[in-house]
This record gives sequence, C-alpha cells and structure tokens, in this order.
Amino acid sequence: MSGIARRDLLRGGGLVVLFALAGSSVGQEGGTTGGGEGAGAPPEVAPGLPGSLAEFPHLDAWIRIAPDGAATVFTGKAELGQGIGTALLQIAADELDLSLECVSLVTADTGRTPNEGITSGSQSLQNSGTAIAHAAANVRYLLAERAAWRFGVAVETLSTANGVVLASDGRRATYGELAASLSLHVEARPQVVRKRIGVRHHIGRDRPRRDIPPKLTGAAAYAHDMTMPGMLHARVIRGPADGTLLTAPDFDAIARLPGVERLVRTGDFAAMLGPREWPLVQAMLTVGRMPWKRSGAPLPGGDLRDAIRALPAEPDVILERNAAAPVAVRHITARYDRPYLMHGAIGPSCAVALWQDGMMTVWTHSQGVYPLRAALAELLDLPLERVRCIHREGAGCYGHNGADDVAADAALAARAVPGRAVKLMWTREQEHGWEPLGPAMVAELSAGLDADGQIAEWTHAVWSNTHSTRPSRAGDLLAGLEVGRGFAPSPPRAIPQPNGGGDRNAIPLYTLPRVTITSLFVPQMPVRVSALRGLGAHMNVFAIESMIDELAAAAGSDPVAFRLRHLSDPRAIAVIRTLADRFGWARQPSERWRGQGLGFARYKNSGAYCAVAIDLRIEPETGATTVLRAEAAVDAGETVSPNGLRNQIEGGIVQSLSWTAHEEVRFDAARRTAFDWSSYPMIRFDAVPYRMAVHVIDRPSLPFLGAGEASQGPAAAAFANAVTRAIGQRLRSMPLSAERIRRAIAAD
Amino acid sequence: MIELTINGTRHRLDGDPAEPLLYILRNELGLHAAKFGCGLGQCGSCTVLVDGKAVQSCITPLAALAGRAVTTVEGLGTAAAPGVVQQAFIDEQAAQCGYCIPGMIARAEALLRADSRPTEASMRSAMRPSLCRCGTHMRILRAVRRAAMAMGGGIVDPTEPAS
Ligand code: FES
Ligand code: FES
Repeated sequence: MSGIARRDLLRGGGLVVLFALAGSSVGQEGGTTGGGEGAGAPPEVAPGLPGSLAEFPHLDAWIRIAPDGAATVFTGKAELGQGIGTALLQIAADELDLSLECVSLVTADTGRTPNEGITSGSQSLQNSGTAIAHAAANVRYLLAERAAWRFGVAVETLSTANGVVLASDGRRATYGELAASLSLHVEARPQVVRKRIGVRHHIGRDRPRRDIPPKLTGAAAYAHDMTMPGMLHARVIRGPADGTLLTAPDFDAIARLPGVERLVRTGDFAAMLGPREWPLVQAMLTVGRMPWKRSGAPLPGGDLRDAIRALPAEPDVILERNAAAPVAVRHITARYDRPYLMHGAIGPSCAVALWQDGMMTVWTHSQGVYPLRAALAELLDLPLERVRCIHREGAGCYGHNGADDVAADAALAARAVPGRAVKLMWTREQEHGWEPLGPAMVAELSAGLDADGQIAEWTHAVWSNTHSTRPSRAGDLLAGLEVGRGFAPSPPRAIPQPNGGGDRNAIPLYTLPRVTITSLFVPQMPVRVSALRGLGAHMNVFAIESMIDELAAAAGSDPVAFRLRHLSDPRAIAVIRTLADRFGWARQPSERWRGQGLGFARYKNSGAYCAVAIDLRIEPETGATTVLRAEAAVDAGETVSPNGLRNQIEGGIVQSLSWTAHEEVRFDAARRTAFDWSSYPMIRFDAVPYRMAVHVIDRPSLPFLGAGEASQGPAAAAFANAVTRAIGQRLRSMPLSAERIRRAIAAD
Repeated sequence: MIELTINGTRHRLDGDPAEPLLYILRNELGLHAAKFGCGLGQCGSCTVLVDGKAVQSCITPLAALAGRAVTTVEGLGTAAAPGVVQQAFIDEQAAQCGYCIPGMIARAEALLRADSRPTEASMRSAMRPSLCRCGTHMRILRAVRRAAMAMGGGIVDPTEPAS
C-alpha cells in the first residue's frame, strides 16, 4: 500500500474507518471499454484514473446520492446473466459504506449511463467495477470532507458507517443531508484510496443475486416480457437464412392474412404488425413457404474451414523471438480446426421500439447500446440525441447475435406507427438462420523438443475471419442492407493485440525460446460472422494445449509436470498446482476407455488464469462420452463474488463442452442448414458432467481480472486431451463428436 | 369457448382453439414465466404443468386443455414467498441469464410430484427436454436434488452432493 499509512480500526463492534489520501495513484489498469470489439468508444480524457473513470472522470456519471441517503449507481455495462448487477452493487456498497439495500443500479442506457462501449471481453469488472470502486471511494471521501468542514474538524478524525459520517465527539451527519449541500459533478481524485481489504463487508463474499427471485417467479424480466399500452406485435419478413432473399414475395397476400393490421415496407425490408401475436405466428408459416434464392456470393464448396484456410489472408507476425536454445531433435506438426458455431440463445432476438414526438426509443438486449444508437441514428436518418437505446435483458447471447439486428427491425417497424410501441421478435428459424455465426478457424502448429525434452521451438499460425462485425453504422445491420439506401457494412477488421480476435490467446504463456506466432486475417467472409464468447481463444487454447500434451507424450513426461516445467508466472503455476492437487491428478485410475486431460490458459494473457481437468469414459461401440468429473481452478484477482465466479466458470465449461463435442453449423450450396435445435443440437442434461467443482484462488490485494470467458479454451483442451488418453488417438478437428470418436476407434 | 383452470382460477377462453397456451399465458393473462424459445417443442422454455405433468405450452393448443388444470411457475410461489422448488433454485443460485429457468422449475416440479426419490439417471432424463445455453445444468441439477430433499425425498444415487 503506497502513501501515507492508513489507520483503520474497529471500535465497539461498529466499523470505523479513518480517511487518508495515498501519495500516488492506484494500481488498477487504465480504462478500456471492451475486449477490443466494436467501435465508437469514447476517448480517454483522464488517463491517470482507473477503469472507465479515464473516459468519464466525473463522479455523478457513476453515483448519485438521494436526500434519503440512498445511492444510485450507473454503469454503462449490461446485465447479461453474468451477475454483474449484483457484483457492482457489492463494490459500491462497500466503498460507500452503505448497506446493500440502500444501493440500486442503472445499467446501459444511452439516456442515463456512461458510454462504456460493449459489454464483452470479460471487461465489466475490470472497467466498470474498477471505476465504480474508485468513484464510490471518492464520493465517500467528499461527503466526509463536507462533514469535516461543517464540524470544524480534520477529515482524518472522521469515520463512516452505514450512510452516516461520525465525528469522534459523537456528532453525526447523514449522507443524504451532506449530499444535498455539495455537487458530485467533480472529477475523481486518483489519490483517494479504496477501503482496506479487511474492512470490506461485501466484496469477496457471496451475496444472493438480486435478479434471480423475480426471474424465477414470473416477473417481466426480459425485453421479451415487455408490454406497453396499445403495443403491437411484429415479425420481420425475409429469406430463410443469411445470404438469401425472397424472390417475389406476395405482399398483398401477406397483408390480407388475418391479424395482419399493417405491413411496413422500406426497400426490401418488410415487417408485419398486428395487435395479437398468434395470428402473426401463423402468417409467418405462409412467409416460410415463399420462394427464395441465394443473393449473397456463392458459398465455397466442401468444408468451409478449408475455404477459410485457402482464402487470401493478411499475415501479421504477432510474436517472434529467437533466443539461444539447444537444437530441436524431435518435431511435431499438426493442424487443428473448428467449425462455424452458433450463439444459440434460448430466446430468439427481440426488441421493443417506440417512435413518439420525434424520438425513437428502443429497448434492446444488445451488448452495446451506444454503438447501436449510432447505427440506428444513421439508419433512421435521425440525429443521435433523437435515438435512445435502453438495455433490457435477453436470453444469454454470448456475443453478437441477432440482438442488434432485431432492434433495427423493430425501430423501422415502429417508425410507421407513431405513438405505438412495437415488439418485434425473430422466429426460432430466423434466429438460427440469420444470427452472425462464431467464425470457423484453422490453426497450424509445429513445435520441436530438444534432447532433454524441453520445447526449443514453436510456431503457431491461425487463419480466421474477423471476430467482430458489431454494428456502429447502418450498413452493419441486416435491415440497413435491405432499406435500399446504399448503406454498406463496415469493412471487416482484425482486432489487434493485445486483445486479439482470431489470434486471441495465440501467444502461449509457456517459456518458448524460439517462437513465431502469425495471425492470418482473412477479410473475405463466405458467411456473416461476429463475436462469440472468447473469440479466437477457444480455438487457440484448444490447439496450444493439445500440442502441449502431444509434446509431453513425445517427451515421455506427465502433462502437468511438463506444463509446470515450461511456466514461470507464479499465478499460472499456482492455478495448475491447485487443480492437480484437488483433482487428484497423481492418483488417476487407469482403465481401458477412460482418460483424464487438462487444459490451461490465462484469458487474453491479461485476464483470469484458469485450468480445467476432465475425467471421462468412452463407449467404444458408439464413441459416446461420459464426463465423470470436471474441475477447474481460477485466479481472477480480487474476487468480488466467489459464487458468481464459480457460476461463470461452471457455465463456461458446460458450454465449451457443447461447442467442442456437439456443435457444428452445416451448409448446403445455398445456405446454412441449421434451422432449429434438431438440425443444430447442443448439449443436454444426459451429456453434462456427473460432477463438477470450481476452486477459486482469491487475490484480494490484486486488480479484478475478467473471468467470464476464461474457461472456454481450457475446457475444450481438457476434453480433447482426456479423449486422447482414453482412445489412444488425437482428434484435432472439432466437434469431437461421438461419431468422430467412433470412427477413430474403428479405424485404429 | 374453452374452460380450464390456471393457477387455481377458472378461465373461460374463447378465440382460436388452435392457439397454443403459451400465447394466452403471456399475452392475454400477463403470466410471463413461461417463455417462447422455439415454438417447436424442442427447448422446454415454455414448460408448464397440466394436471401435474410437464407440458410444452408452445405446442399445446387450447382445444387440448378443456377441463384441465394448468399451473405456471407463478402458481408455485412468489419472489417474497417462493415455492419449494423455486427456493431450491434460489439457494443454489441456479441461473445465469435465467431465461430457461422457469421451464426448468416447472419440469422439476412435475418430476418431483411424480417421484420425490428419483435416481440420478431418471432426474437427468426427466430434465432432458429442456435446453440451457448458459450451461447452468450443474446448478439446476443441484437445485433439483435440494428440492427433492426439501420435499422429504432425495435422489437415490446422487453424483454430486446438494450443497
Ligand atoms: S418454446 Fe416450447 S419447447 Fe421451445
Ligand atoms: S440460464 Fe441462460 S439459458 Fe439457462
């Protein structure tokens, strides 16, 4: 702890915290507003301040105190089911010294909250959490200064407890009365320090998520549940999938269908509106029978992964090192790949829009309300201040799915019916057919071992389309391309290191003397793609951690010992050791058709450290896998909510198992052929692990590290490594499905 | 005209007898717990209880419900006074986005009403029709085990202890 020593003491059971300023600024990372995805994030105006305070240094952008002393906290991040709402409140309540009940949260709303870009890249606690922590510490300090002035004493003699500033002589003033006499429209001071770890009440403890009881009892919690007086339902009319167009839709016939009150058309964009939903659902069956054609460029034949590998690419060497090392005596070269994946939200994308008094308001589950507002303003030809986007929860989206597109659809539909709210939801078939997919990827690795079984050289080349086509302009929205106003999509771009897109986590954390890592960005997109949880990390960690196991086997070394031998970061070592201990790595059963595997990564090489181990059994006749146990160890720096962190890691493991072993978007000559949950199956209860445990390594004195995407890569690799041990062969092409495993066994 | 009971209240519904129950619940009766997920009977997010059995309300036309008793998750408890299964889900913090969870609760309720001592395998197969994209499965199973115990039963051969 830098600066003047702080005196914290406990007195008479009540918490008494004395104030002091630090000599230098705090140690959290500076502000960045997302995982490198999207555009239009605001510039840093106060680079000395931590987290998103660097962009929005004024305290009242983050916290306001009402006359009754209750605090409202504003975040530009959205609750996506990751529990961020409750975690941010824990942080604010602790730093303000208020009870949790006295703090409420306003999330992403272009009319009210700071522009924190996109809620992605596991950045919410790092950016918004850090900003709120320091803003809250500043507010508490300001209130105490005000009280000190009023009491005529030095601020250092004061303490706070539960919304009251106390003087040592017993005088007291409530936050409400103090706040009424000062302005919070002042910049945060970097030297105000956060509370000492030992006196925090909420951070690091499990607090029940505030949103759960209403969601479990039928409250209108999602955009899908909104109703407004006079609201119309709506459905959008377009071809069956990305890259298709209805050839000659009979709009007169659609307009005559029962329950269709209004047909809205602008160029090729069309939507039908009506007071009741069910007739529209039936009308969509008619639309589904209309002839269509492929309108996009022809799809390459064969497996589209190979097409991505073959298309022109822009190579970028993101790491090259040539340290002295013994000569490699043994080489392994391998290609790993993954198919296109779906976000596959359980609820189709939905938005509510209202055009009233020259103002367009859209309730959306987009992960980026500010960039969406800019794109909608261009689409609707409105100035920015005439468009407001308010986040409402949707079904877990895990990246850029149809949320933004449906918001544009709803806004265009609503524009035709001033004063009436319009709720537009995609059908299941539209969600499957039109959501931008998670990109297919190919990674080619080669590595060499020296005579002692140490890695001497390593190359990794990864081919991928962009990992973000998140909208910032009208042409980035489906409807923008349909309205016939000449909007074009933003040119695809590679997300640069250190976050990386296709090359996210392509740089291993291992000690590698001679190494070349090349990111091969493929601009041409045969299929519309965008951000899916973890971006390239899922593929790259799968590839790296598979290769590490291949090398360990070649070196005759235990995979855990081999990893530890090539790591120097103590936190990485601690995560792997903890997991190996708790999992019982050293005492594994050795049975035929049974295998254990481990995978490790530090997400983005800057986020949480996570290792996953899996124990599984394979049915040789069918190739079916039973995951007997999955365990993880995670170090996310200071843990705000241990149970919330475990929830994210557990969910990530199950989702990654689904991607890695079960999922693949297939195509015919004209379009994707996945239209529902039978043509695109995901994991079900019979295939999830028998047992799971997540071990949290808390680092209370260290910065928050994003963990929401940390387990995707390690879980995929752990599964692949366990399958290899069980069947004695390495599968490098996802999905590692029962069918592929069965065929590998049969061919052996 | 179709007569049925929803959460203990008698309703007389006229309109298209082919209209699935889900749209009536959500749009006419303001009961939002059951969710639209696919409309195809593939995901379980619309699950409710009909005469105590789990039913996908997105593909159940009103005509099939004459004289029957429908229970939605709203009928099992409130945020202030949750039902046994809801409480178990809260205790396990068994939700991420939560979109699938009302369907999971309805399905678990149906399972445990029929058999409060299921095996692990029968619990998993009873829950199988319901999908969760967030990967909350492990917690959902823990919540079902916990609810079974709270109902005086339990999973016969649990693979994980209820925490
Ligand atoms: S919405 Fe009914 S099963 Fe999917
Ligand atoms: S909790 Fe999000 S779909 Fe299940």
